Amino acid sequence: MSYVSHADLGGRQLREPVAPGSELPGPFHAHWEERVHALTLAMGATGMWNLDMARAARETLPEYDSLSYYQKWLAGLERLLLERGLASKDELRTGRPLQPPVAVPRVLRARDVPAVLAAGAPTERAPRAPARFAAGERVRMRADAVPHHTRLPAYARGRHGTIERVLGAHVFPDSHARGRGEDPQWLYTVAFTGSELWGNSGIDGPLSVAIDAWEPYLERT
Amino acid sequence: MGADHDEEASELGEMDVRVRALESVLVAKGYVDPAALDVLIDTYQTRVGPRNGARVVARAWVDEAFRARLLKDATAAIASLGFHGRQGEHMVAVENTAGRHNVVVCTLCSCYPWPVLGLPPVWYKSAPYRARVVREPRAVLAEFGVTLPASTEIRVWDSTAEVRYLVIPQRPPGSDALSESELAELVTRDSMIGTGLARAPGGR
Repeated sequence: MSYVSHADLGGRQLREPVAPGSELPGPFHAHWEERVHALTLAMGATGMWNLDMARAARETLPEYDSLSYYQKWLAGLERLLLERGLASKDELRTGRPLQPPVAVPRVLRARDVPAVLAAGAPTERAPRAPARFAAGERVRMRADAVPHHTRLPAYARGRHGTIERVLGAHVFPDSHARGRGEDPQWLYTVAFTGSELWGNSGIDGPLSVAIDAWEPYLERT
Repeated sequence: MGADHDEEASELGEMDVRVRALESVLVAKGYVDPAALDVLIDTYQTRVGPRNGARVVARAWVDEAFRARLLKDATAAIASLGFHGRQGEHMVAVENTAGRHNVVVCTLCSCYPWPVLGLPPVWYKSAPYRARVVREPRAVLAEFGVTLPASTEIRVWDSTAEVRYLVIPQRPPGSDALSESELAELVTRDSMIGTGLARAPGGR
């Protein structure tokens, strides 16, 4: 089955303005948004899925384009709950528990929230092999479409860039999102010229774009 | 009963009803501690926000040794001011200069450095920003009222991994006499994303 992410928006030819001035202050603009944000963090802390699985659940929502940000979070959370058997459609509709709960590895308690947020979830791991590339080297990004969650934006596929920074070995989302473990891989900052990505006539002035790319995304030129 | 339900639904809104049902089930099943939700919401509404990042920038403007540490190991330098943790586990600071202006985006979702900037504004998460800023940043910046010299390179940082980027805006002219806390007042959220510049002293 093919995997379609609706979230890979970089470079898409959209004409709409960004409209920065029209925004109310504060991070949340409705009561339900703050609840969804907190529920997503609290359920993420149970250990029933990881961040990459949550991103995959959101980016493949068929209605992605028509949802607001926190609507995506809500739909992604509901989807994970259903897929993991933590809740049923009837329970989500009625708000009443109809089946016994599933045992979850952890429950985030109020007293632990500050420490859990302060610790975060660092993704750097001990490398299993030396880095294949060094700062200053030219590389080419893999050109093929990836049939699962990935963090290589489509606009960079097949493009030539330069390694700017070696960031250490990090949890590899392509594996982690599919339940194949952390599979740490070297991570690099790769810079591209604007003309390499969009052509000389496609840019509106001197431009470079940097992405962070795991070693399996890179090929030698 | 159906009518009562519909009335309640329209007063509360469809989203409120759906989220209330979700929360009820998750709490009833014991997956979620309702008191933990309150702490999470309070944290991101009142404790974490762009004033944190403004303190980092102001310190970098006045303290050359801190600036050097920030550019070398931003995670440690920012943690030394007390800001660290979720969605800021691996920080990189990028400094604007006369020749280069930095802008941050996440084209694949909406990654954003929570410990220093709080949660992202709606426009940062919007399709037009994510689609356009990697391709036509000057047109996007113009919508924010920012015009840069034609010779300035724009460097866009697409947050595709767990590294989070903080822009260090240029210190505005005429700010030499200001204290560190007065300088922090000039540092806007947008200037730390790269869609704005630091305010001029005495400006609006």
